[in-house]
Amino acid sequence: MSGVSILQLHEVTVSFDGFRALNELSLDIEEGELRCIIGPNGAGKTTMMDVITGKTRADRGKVMFDQNIDVRRMTEAEIAHLGIGRKFQKPTIFENLTVFENLELSMKMDKRARVSLFAWLDDDARDKISDTLRLIRLDREAGRQSGLLSHGQKQWLEIGMLLMQDPKLLLLDEPVAGMTDDETARTGELFKSLAGKHSLVVVEHDMAFIAQLGGVVTVLHEGAVLAEGDLATVQNDQRVIEVYLGR
Amino acid sequence: MRKPFIIRFLQATSKQGWIAIAVAAVLTLVLLPALHLLLPAGHPFHVSAYVITLVGKIMCYAIVAVAMDLIWGYTGILSLGHGLFFALGGYAFGMYLMRQIGRDGSYQSDLPDFMVFLDWKALPWYWTGSDSILWVLFLVLTVPALVALVFGFFAFRSRIKGVYFSIITQAMVFAAMLFFFRNETGFGGNNGFTDFKRILGYSITAPETRVALFALTATMLLATLVLGRYLVTSKLGRVLAAIRDAESRVMFIGYNPLYYKLFIWTLSALLCGIAGALYVPQVGIINPGEMSPANSIEIAIWVAVGGRATLIGPVLGAFIVNLAKSLFTVAFPEYWLFFLGALFVGVTLWLPDGVVGLWRKLRDERRQGSAA
Repeated sequence: MSGVSILQLHEVTVSFDGFRALNELSLDIEEGELRCIIGPNGAGKTTMMDVITGKTRADRGKVMFDQNIDVRRMTEAEIAHLGIGRKFQKPTIFENLTVFENLELSMKMDKRARVSLFAWLDDDARDKISDTLRLIRLDREAGRQSGLLSHGQKQWLEIGMLLMQDPKLLLLDEPVAGMTDDETARTGELFKSLAGKHSLVVVEHDMAFIAQLGGVVTVLHEGAVLAEGDLATVQNDQRVIEVYLGR
Repeated sequence: MRKPFIIRFLQATSKQGWIAIAVAAVLTLVLLPALHLLLPAGHPFHVSAYVITLVGKIMCYAIVAVAMDLIWGYTGILSLGHGLFFALGGYAFGMYLMRQIGRDGSYQSDLPDFMVFLDWKALPWYWTGSDSILWVLFLVLTVPALVALVFGFFAFRSRIKGVYFSIITQAMVFAAMLFFFRNETGFGGNNGFTDFKRILGYSITAPETRVALFALTATMLLATLVLGRYLVTSKLGRVLAAIRDAESRVMFIGYNPLYYKLFIWTLSALLCGIAGALYVPQVGIINPGEMSPANSIEIAIWVAVGGRATLIGPVLGAFIVNLAKSLFTVAFPEYWLFFLGALFVGVTLWLPDGVVGLWRKLRDERRQGSAA
């Protein structure tokens, strides 16, 4: 671990009609880290991702990326350009475009409309797309309409789309939901190979998957951090057990 | 090796596409004009002025339908107010045609008749320059586009989507219609502009003028199709399709959908404005009825009947619906709206991809049949 912070949330609060989805949440992710976040439904996991990516505005608190960039006033697109990629809970891809085109649009490049009007794919870009296609094991499906892929393949395609952006930080909301055991295991391998080059924040319910990933686990409850540590530590934490079993 | 832009632009249209365009060009630029101008009226192959005007008019509608397809079919934004941009282009060009009447109006005044009738002594300031074709063409190209740009900027910035956007566009066109109905607005009130005499000094009813306008419209339609094909095959077109499929994903991979939507929306309005300007001299009238909400809804029906996101489909749809309308309104005028409604329901239920979708389905079935 480098010890350098890539993402820092400091006492972030978000309320919806009086309900505090995030309650003075503080969190620190280091460069190259692979962090897992768990918590019961309504703990604020998705809201936290919404705040980091600009979909929801924090009422109070600080969200610092790369130590000195405050993302709270930035748009979704600006935040994406900083190098934060996000995978949604439900696979969100462009169903009417081919697998190749999905990756093409995601690639890190000038994304203004007037540039796109005249854009032209060069060989370097094609090579980069081919590399990613191999990494997510969809090289044989490149020309296929992405809406026709299996659920697991769609999840992988969306992960590939994030990687095309060359992000510093990947936020992954339930990335293995609906995958077969085999696909889940391979996804775990992929994430572990990405850690170090990228920082990853994985929100998951699948404990076996989290065990496979290793690393620090943060437990969220009612919009704040309840416990933090390796998986065994948090699983034996009395407060965590109470929250999950529901006294 | 990077290909020059013009080559990429032209290659966006397939070889079959260019063949179809060449056939259409021969038909509309050579054959129909020749049959109209060269053969005497009694000849069995003579094409009447009625047919030339009707086809010319429908080609104007077809341009509007293609413009609608770019924003609805390809970007997923249903506008029910496109009649406004068409009418604005028509009114802008109509101002020039009104000034070309000169002193040949009923009141033998320099002012258009309706202004004399209102007892106005001089042209309002916004009619300045309306006797110049260049200035009026400038207005045709800028006014509808500017209105669309301002409207679109606020609507898209506020992230108004789906049915809400459709309803607002419908309200916009309705408000504009009420505004143009007023005599004080200075565009002829409910009568609009009519009784045109000349265009560029030539008689507007002369067969040669008619054919020139017809050929110009056909050229514009074919150019619109080539432009449209480039747009939808460009990276910009893929981003538009992506916005249609999953707009939030588009934002989270770093695109700002606002400018993409604004570009295609404004371009669509610009094309409608040009179509309106070509329509008015051929049909001989423009009035606020063009801005009635039903007209704008009909544009969407042309596109749905032909097939969304196909470019050629909307052209076919515009021809099918309007030819049917010409027949129906002669044979059973009171049933036309029922027929139109039934057509829309029928297409939505049984032909979601329109005529082009049906054709593709039949073609694929035949291929599978021959393969088996």
